[in-house]
Amino acid sequence: MITFMNNSDSEEEPCNERTSLMSAESPPVPSYQDGLQASEAGEAQTHRKRRTGSSRSPNNAANGSMSGSSIPVRESALENEEEELTLKYGAKHVIMLFVPVTLCMIVVVATIKSVRFYTEKNGQLIYTPFSEDTPSVGQRLLNSVLNTIVMISVIVVMTVFLVLLYKYRCYKFIHGWLILSSLMLLFLFTYIYLGEVLKTYNVAMDYPTLILIIWNFGAVGMICIHWKGPLQLQQAYLIMISALMALVFIKYLPEWSAWVILGAISIYDLMAVLCPKGPLRMLVETAQERNEPIFPALIYSSAMMWTVGMAKPDTAGRGPSQQMWDTAEDGRVNHRSPSHSNSEILETRSPGATHPVISLEELEEEERGVKLGLGDFIFYSVLVGKAAATASGDWNTTLACFVAILIGLCLTLLLLAVFKKALPALPISITFGLVFYFSTDNLVRPFMDTLASHQLYI
Amino acid sequence: PALGLFLFTIARDPLRIIILIAGAFFWLVSLLLSSLIWFIAVKASDPNDEPLQKGLLIFGVMFSVLLQEAFRFLYYKLLRKAIEGLVALSEDGCSPISIQQMAYVAGVGFGLMSGAFSMINLLADALGPGTVGIYGDSQLYFLTSAFMTMVLIFLHTFWGILFFHGCENRCWWEIVAVVVMHLAVSASSFCNPVYVGSLVPSYVLMAVAATWAYLLSGGSAQNVRRFLLCKS
Repeated sequence: MITFMNNSDSEEEPCNERTSLMSAESPPVPSYQDGLQASEAGEAQTHRKRRTGSSRSPNNAANGSMSGSSIPVRESALENEEEELTLKYGAKHVIMLFVPVTLCMIVVVATIKSVRFYTEKNGQLIYTPFSEDTPSVGQRLLNSVLNTIVMISVIVVMTVFLVLLYKYRCYKFIHGWLILSSLMLLFLFTYIYLGEVLKTYNVAMDYPTLILIIWNFGAVGMICIHWKGPLQLQQAYLIMISALMALVFIKYLPEWSAWVILGAISIYDLMAVLCPKGPLRMLVETAQERNEPIFPALIYSSAMMWTVGMAKPDTAGRGPSQQMWDTAEDGRVNHRSPSHSNSEILETRSPGATHPVISLEELEEEERGVKLGLGDFIFYSVLVGKAAATASGDWNTTLACFVAILIGLCLTLLLLAVFKKALPALPISITFGLVFYFSTDNLVRPFMDTLASHQLYI
Repeated sequence: PALGLFLFTIARDPLRIIILIAGAFFWLVSLLLSSLIWFIAVKASDPNDEPLQKGLLIFGVMFSVLLQEAFRFLYYKLLRKAIEGLVALSEDGCSPISIQQMAYVAGVGFGLMSGAFSMINLLADALGPGTVGIYGDSQLYFLTSAFMTMVLIFLHTFWGILFFHGCENRCWWEIVAVVVMHLAVSASSFCNPVYVGSLVPSYVLMAVAATWAYLLSGGSAQNVRRFLLCKS
């Protein structure tokens, strides 16, 4: 198993998946923002409509920027009405994202703290070829920077590859790739994880039981993610996949490389989403133009269920908020396609790995779900997990990083509401997280330790 | 108890959760800045000089208290702006959350974060093997830490309410009273491990702050009596 990770060619698939995860991750952020903004715009619109009865034209402009090419006009009408409501429900959407991110982080931190396997250094991925065991600090820094460059270039290559595939309509290939990678994740990584957890708690389990459990888990997971399934189950599976992926990263990335990679990924995310020629942006726009749903298994949606190949928002998962929206949304069937494209754009950002994508569904419901790329989940969890694993201040540092990431997520959502465009979700949160990690570890920890030893309280 | 507060009063409303996390964030930033100052001071001074280190620590504590209150004020300003935004966006012209609720949630946010930072390493160590106070320190270390943390969390909540009320009505003396109380509580913790000196005044101050906040929020003795006697 371990050697598998290191050098074999059989890693190709996982590597692909991983890299796709990476690239996917960057994109998810924008999608999230799109979704959020769309919902916000919608809410604001409805609100304004109710209040002033103003015309839809201003909203159209707002919507246009938000949704991108094809749907702007139609959406703007809807959006105007919903804009104001959206902002009011913006808090609800934020919470809908807080909960899964928190759950993922809790799972990762709990595993790191209890299972020794994930903190032992047992080799490196082929994506990070340079070792960090060098004697001098400068050499180590250089190696980590080189590792980062290798990793980022792999991600860029994979993303561009995916965008090209999407552009030339090689859907089968993409679907096959996604299915293979999620298959590998669900079965192989779960097997390793379960094995390690059982080892830690010294629980014996025979092979037939193990096979039964893993088979059931994996099969249900495949169905839920790629096809239909209860929304909560799908969300739970996506969270588990993200946690597993994050654990793999935490284990196999060398220390300094991990931090540099986190920083570089957020910069890449920023560029890939905002630059006009960025691959993610192109992916989103292409998906919008074609009015197609974004791939499932790359996005986490808080209020929709995806069917394979069709981003069809499921109103069933919407919940109570739907009622409010329904009255406004009746008869707006023509807005369906725009909403699909919106959600797609969000999701295409994170091709490959599971990017939870926040999709705004403007279909019949006013309720728009929020989509976040799975890559974002993974990198947030990697940051918090690394803080839990390597910080000597233990829980204080972990807690500080957790709060920092949540606040970054809030700010990102706020910006999404303001700009109404796809925005990268990684940079702000990761920056806050990194700043807080390093400052808490080096500055706050001695202070708190001294205070605690004298039992002083501030 | 703080967790109970959170579950029953805050977890229902998403807006409150956001305000809570933002409050915790502000406290964290204030802690960061104060520890930065302390760190610089320590590095710049002689590490072997015991009284100096103790004095620096006391200075660090006081400075941190002042910074915390300053950040509470900044948070108040931010929440004021946010309320205006929410009012503009709401349907019927009034904000979905009042400033008092925000004050309460902000106080809980501050309190939770400070309590977590004070207690959590202690709790993690408590899970492991060991004897309390083996070197002649007090054997009640864990217990008193728990009580002190709890009183501090409650105090932060009440101070939040008082502070925001003072800012709203421009009662400067209320704000000054909150700052002085905070300083007093921290200073009383200097008496540790003579626990009588720190726990008792803290609890007394907490009772004072609790009644004050309760009265400010519109409660009265009749309400309490009615509540206790289960009248409708």
